[in-house]
Amino acid sequence: MLNRAEAPLIKDAIEFSLQLKPYQQYVLDNGVKIYAIDAGSQEVLQMEMVFYAGNSYETANAVAPATNHMLKNGTSTKSAFEINEAFEYFGAYCTRACYNETAVVSLHTLSKYLNELLPVIKEMITSSVFPENELNIYKQNSKQKLSVNLQKCDFVANRLIDAYVYGEPHPYGQYIIAEDYDNLTVEQLRQHFDKYYVNGSCVIFVAGKLPADLFEQLNKQFGTLGLKPTNGQPPTNNIIAATQKKYRIQNDPKGVQGAIRMATHFPNRHHPDFTKMMVLNTVFGGYFGSRLMSNIREEKGYTYGIHSYVQNHLQNTALMISTEAGKDVCEATIAEVYKEMQLLREELIDEEELLLVRNYLIGIILGDLDGPFHIISRWKNIVLNNLDENYFYHSIDTIKTISAEELKVLANKYFIPDNFYELVVI
Amino acid sequence: MIQFEKFTLDNGLKVLVHEDKSTPMVVVNVIYDVGAKDENPEKTGFAHLFEHLMFGGSINVPVYDEPLQVAGGENNAFTTNDLTNYYCQLPVENVETAFWLESDRMLSLAFSENSLEVQRKVVCEEFKEHYINKPYGDVSHKLRELAYTTHPYKWMTIGKELKHVEDATLQDVKDFFFKHYTPCNATLVVAGNITKDAVKQLSEKWFGPIPAGEKYVRHLPVEPKQKVARSLEVKADVPLDALYKAWHVASRLDERYYAMELITEILSGGGSSRLFQALVKEKKLFSNIECQHFGSFDAGLLTIEGKLVKGVKMKDAEAAVMEEVKKLQQEGISEKELQKVKNKTESMLAFEDMSLMNRATNLAIYELLGDANLINEELGRYQEVTAVDIKEECSRIFDDNNCNTLYYYSNN
Repeated sequence: MLNRAEAPLIKDAIEFSLQLKPYQQYVLDNGVKIYAIDAGSQEVLQMEMVFYAGNSYETANAVAPATNHMLKNGTSTKSAFEINEAFEYFGAYCTRACYNETAVVSLHTLSKYLNELLPVIKEMITSSVFPENELNIYKQNSKQKLSVNLQKCDFVANRLIDAYVYGEPHPYGQYIIAEDYDNLTVEQLRQHFDKYYVNGSCVIFVAGKLPADLFEQLNKQFGTLGLKPTNGQPPTNNIIAATQKKYRIQNDPKGVQGAIRMATHFPNRHHPDFTKMMVLNTVFGGYFGSRLMSNIREEKGYTYGIHSYVQNHLQNTALMISTEAGKDVCEATIAEVYKEMQLLREELIDEEELLLVRNYLIGIILGDLDGPFHIISRWKNIVLNNLDENYFYHSIDTIKTISAEELKVLANKYFIPDNFYELVVI
Repeated sequence: MIQFEKFTLDNGLKVLVHEDKSTPMVVVNVIYDVGAKDENPEKTGFAHLFEHLMFGGSINVPVYDEPLQVAGGENNAFTTNDLTNYYCQLPVENVETAFWLESDRMLSLAFSENSLEVQRKVVCEEFKEHYINKPYGDVSHKLRELAYTTHPYKWMTIGKELKHVEDATLQDVKDFFFKHYTPCNATLVVAGNITKDAVKQLSEKWFGPIPAGEKYVRHLPVEPKQKVARSLEVKADVPLDALYKAWHVASRLDERYYAMELITEILSGGGSSRLFQALVKEKKLFSNIECQHFGSFDAGLLTIEGKLVKGVKMKDAEAAVMEEVKKLQQEGISEKELQKVKNKTESMLAFEDMSLMNRATNLAIYELLGDANLINEELGRYQEVTAVDIKEECSRIFDDNNCNTLYYYSNN
């Protein structure tokens, strides 16, 4: 007779040995490095060209994202329409994204069309012209989008909390206002482009079912350009944190929810506490079964979801708690967050919960190593953070072995209410 | 080509197995043939609320999530107007944990009053977060009510109003469970590094003993053909005027579906699409414009929506949209443009199939539609669409009498 009350036997996930598939590396004639993962069963690939051309390098607000966005808006021989059509005809996607240090041009395509598309990307990163008309459309539409976003409590809260934690002059703390778009000029964009794309530092990540002549193709298109390899050292900026810690802001008089953000400074991945915090944070607010979710969503029903995480930054970063809660229960939610911090400071996490979190994290990583795009994304993170595969294996080891005592010490070091910035935007 | 095998248990539970030896993981996906369209019009939002309650403990297992997480797994679920789908992914060594958990909550729930009370609140916060506390958050609700007079697609999956969710009772929960959550109304898909024999043995062990239940037979009111254009004006505290238009289109299994989907790609599938190029870039009337369709099982809607550039008049913006639509309808498209949207579709399908989870969920959805093998026939159906089909389908869809328009004005 089947006993449904009894769980089937399991193999503890911590007994699994996890391997990060090694990359193949190529170096182009100009020294630019390629990291490649050849795997997968579908005939598709993704290529990401990472330029050190993010916000940290711009001369005025919004220049870096505008330059990055407008790489598809006209070259010396192609209009924006023609560039878009060149990709879309082959069913390919060329996307751009701008971050604090890096700015990325990504290509997703059926592998068989790579040779058709690389010349278009080459043209974008060498001879974009930033037409005035296109810039004006960009400014207008970006301002319109901003005006809609500024009505959303979560958007406003995300901007403000970063500004408090890092200070507005810091690239992590700066944010764009409408006037920044108005002030953009073609000349600023061309200068940023010339310095950080045409003659910039670049590293390339490719994954999927790779053509046999991948390296030849890439070297032919990009090997003779003025690009340089990266030195792996992003600029450092001083954090000028706000002195006031607590903020309550009324953004929408009709708002029915408040966006709550709580944050404290935290070191980057090179600090020994980083991997340990991965485990403590999971217990605290990092997964569906976390303390914050169990208490504030599943017990009290104050919110649809509450999460904590370490912001993904190359330099010193922050530990963040984020939720949207009913307007009337925002203060109660904040009080509960501090209670959960206190519990972790004062009481050891019991072994059952800790084993659950260990198994959960290993299971997630195992699932996350499935397929070429996931694998390259791990490597990208390692490379851009100037780490090596030991970081990966050290993280696994920490997950498997960190003790409840160590986690309590960590909680006492970082879960200090007085160090937290606290913001509610309704 | 996505290989799979299929068998049916004595209690009517359909089981599909998709073997993929390249992964250390397995996905266990259970789809139930019930969605928001099966709800009582006075108790909307229930299918989705119920999905939350499926995590509140089952008859023999007090909590769902913890044992799965201990086994290195993660899970989630989603509800649409057509279906409810539950999925979890875990290391293949521990697959039996998923069978144990999924079968127990198909057998029966704990029906806890406390769980209901908390999840009512959680869903109300979800409702607020997505549909109330956001500029333009009520559009989907208003557009459905305008376009559908009869068919239950007239309410959103989350529900028509907060009150319906707040008023749900434990008796409602029980009735809903025993009506819909039975083996004969469900399909199980297991995908990953596992054989059909192993799945068969585990399915018979865990799901086999569950009573079949009664097959739910759907009798939904049919939406009558729209004979005259409808419109609605709204004023709200939003920064920009916005235009929303919706036309009735064919159902998911209709052969016209494929031409319809390609039309949405032609109109707004990227930076070289017609609406974007003409209305955002050339005429500068909209700051963004999108053409989408609901992808629903029953006859759905194709929508065009965009925010107007400040200072542009609503009637000028609307006329420009209609001009592009009529142009496609009258002049048709070139072979090259048709090839472009077909290539996009081929690529999109290939990328979608990268993920084991997507393959499992898609197999389940196609099986619910009638035949999982449709997953392998899709590309061929898109390839068969001709320029003439596109033109004809445009004429059918973009008939003035088939149109619903929501004029959303800024108070500022």
